[in-house]
Amino acid sequence: MSFRRIVFGAAGVAGAVALLEVVSRTGLVDASALPPATTVLGEAAKLAVDGKFLADVAATLQAWFGGLALAVLVAVPLGVLLGSVPLLGTAARALVELMRPIPSVALIPLAIILFADPTQMKMSLIFYACLWPILINTLYALRDVDPVAKDSLRSFGFGTPSVLWRVSLPSAAPFITTGVRIAASVALIVVVSTELLAGGINGVGIYLSSTQAGGGRTDLLLAGAVWAGVLGLLANLALLGLERVAFRWHSAKVEAIA
Amino acid sequence: MLQITGLTHSYGGDGLKVLDGLDLTVPDGQLVSIVGPSGCGKSTLLRCIAGLIQPTGGRLTLDGRPINGVPDDLAVVFQDYSRSLFPWLSVRDNVALPLRRRGKSRSERRAAAEEALESVGLHDAGRKYPWQLSGGMQQRVSIARALAYRPSLLLMDEPFGSVDAQTREDLEDLVLQVHRTEKMTILLVTHDIDESVYVGDRVVVLNRSPARVHADLPVGLPSVRDQIDTRGLPEFVQLRAEVGRLVRGGARVPGAAPVGAQPAGVAEAKGAGAKPAP
Repeated sequence: MSFRRIVFGAAGVAGAVALLEVVSRTGLVDASALPPATTVLGEAAKLAVDGKFLADVAATLQAWFGGLALAVLVAVPLGVLLGSVPLLGTAARALVELMRPIPSVALIPLAIILFADPTQMKMSLIFYACLWPILINTLYALRDVDPVAKDSLRSFGFGTPSVLWRVSLPSAAPFITTGVRIAASVALIVVVSTELLAGGINGVGIYLSSTQAGGGRTDLLLAGAVWAGVLGLLANLALLGLERVAFRWHSAKVEAIA
Repeated sequence: MLQITGLTHSYGGDGLKVLDGLDLTVPDGQLVSIVGPSGCGKSTLLRCIAGLIQPTGGRLTLDGRPINGVPDDLAVVFQDYSRSLFPWLSVRDNVALPLRRRGKSRSERRAAAEEALESVGLHDAGRKYPWQLSGGMQQRVSIARALAYRPSLLLMDEPFGSVDAQTREDLEDLVLQVHRTEKMTILLVTHDIDESVYVGDRVVVLNRSPARVHADLPVGLPSVRDQIDTRGLPEFVQLRAEVGRLVRGGARVPGAAPVGAQPAGVAEAKGAGAKPAP
């Protein structure tokens, strides 16, 4: 990322913070409904050293990474299988298209019945939500591997397993990683909404609903939401960074064509 | 020796017939140019020889053994180098990868790759990635990859179709040089009539799809060729004209030898060939 982009990005954030501050301080919006941005950020800073809140973050992260990792472990091999055996891919297609639009949160009641442990329950819902973007990206990436690349290796006498391992998987890897990145942001939404709706012991969503107990503290609610946003941002940046470093050949090739 | 008899291929079962009873025999060490109108099935022919597709009919043998799957001592250079090379591997690793099939150690593979890159004039490109090189250099890498494999039969499918004219001439000379030093059999498919005559020991003209051999002409040019001098020779000019006429579907019976009723100039060109004109 260039220095220029960082400066402009920071300026955008500062501008939005300033706008919210003005709107609240001037009384355009009721300050108890939308507290000034500085108040929210001040509370967010306090949360960063609040042991109870950090335990909530840890619980959310645990379910998030656990569910995502499980989805990767299942969806990638499954996608490779469905993407490289056309018959299986076609057979699975209708099922995938039927299951995919079911919102994870619609399955919360089922997950509560199936899993007594809240972490397991959250992980299972994240797993379900993450399965589809990763599976579909893997499946289509495998199906779209350049036939010339495959023939190039085949023409040196390499068999199907070698072509899969040495050509199909490397050329599909950037698209699979993009699927994981999309899934990671979906997972954050799912984990926080599950915590909000289903309750439990620890979690950012639990913290958010606790701020509304009694009088209701909008500043604390928003401070928690800020942290949820920061977590999503960091996860996305980490995966984007991985894509840039590991798949430099891919972005360079795309730029060369463009 | 490569022997093809009655090769027939249709895509999609009984769908479009691309090859129709094609016969061709190529002795060891010959460089054969295959020309024909675009879409006539030249690439399908190469893919059948390479064992990449199973023809619907006919017989292919290489050194007496039927071709059933990809033959052992064969390498293919595709037209589209940017799709044929693997962008996630360095140039050296691209060249070294096929040598895994030769049961060589990692260091032997790398040494052979460096040697092959050297022979195509890319001694300092090994650590780069294919997409960091120009088109002509990338096609040199594909040729190096094929050479490192030390095939006895090299198939080239319109290898210079996507490079500029200057690079094209350099690569044609590279193929001639490789053919002289490595003594391998080379089948070069092209739609460029000049190129077919300049590079070939022999030019095989296919007719419109479904293809069979339309004409088979020996090239009687001196074995050492030069882009300027050779192309200026009357034999070159006349042979080029004859191939051009044949490709455009001249009034010739399919499969007939290119003799008989032909313009005087062409008969003269035949006379200048290595084989005496009948």
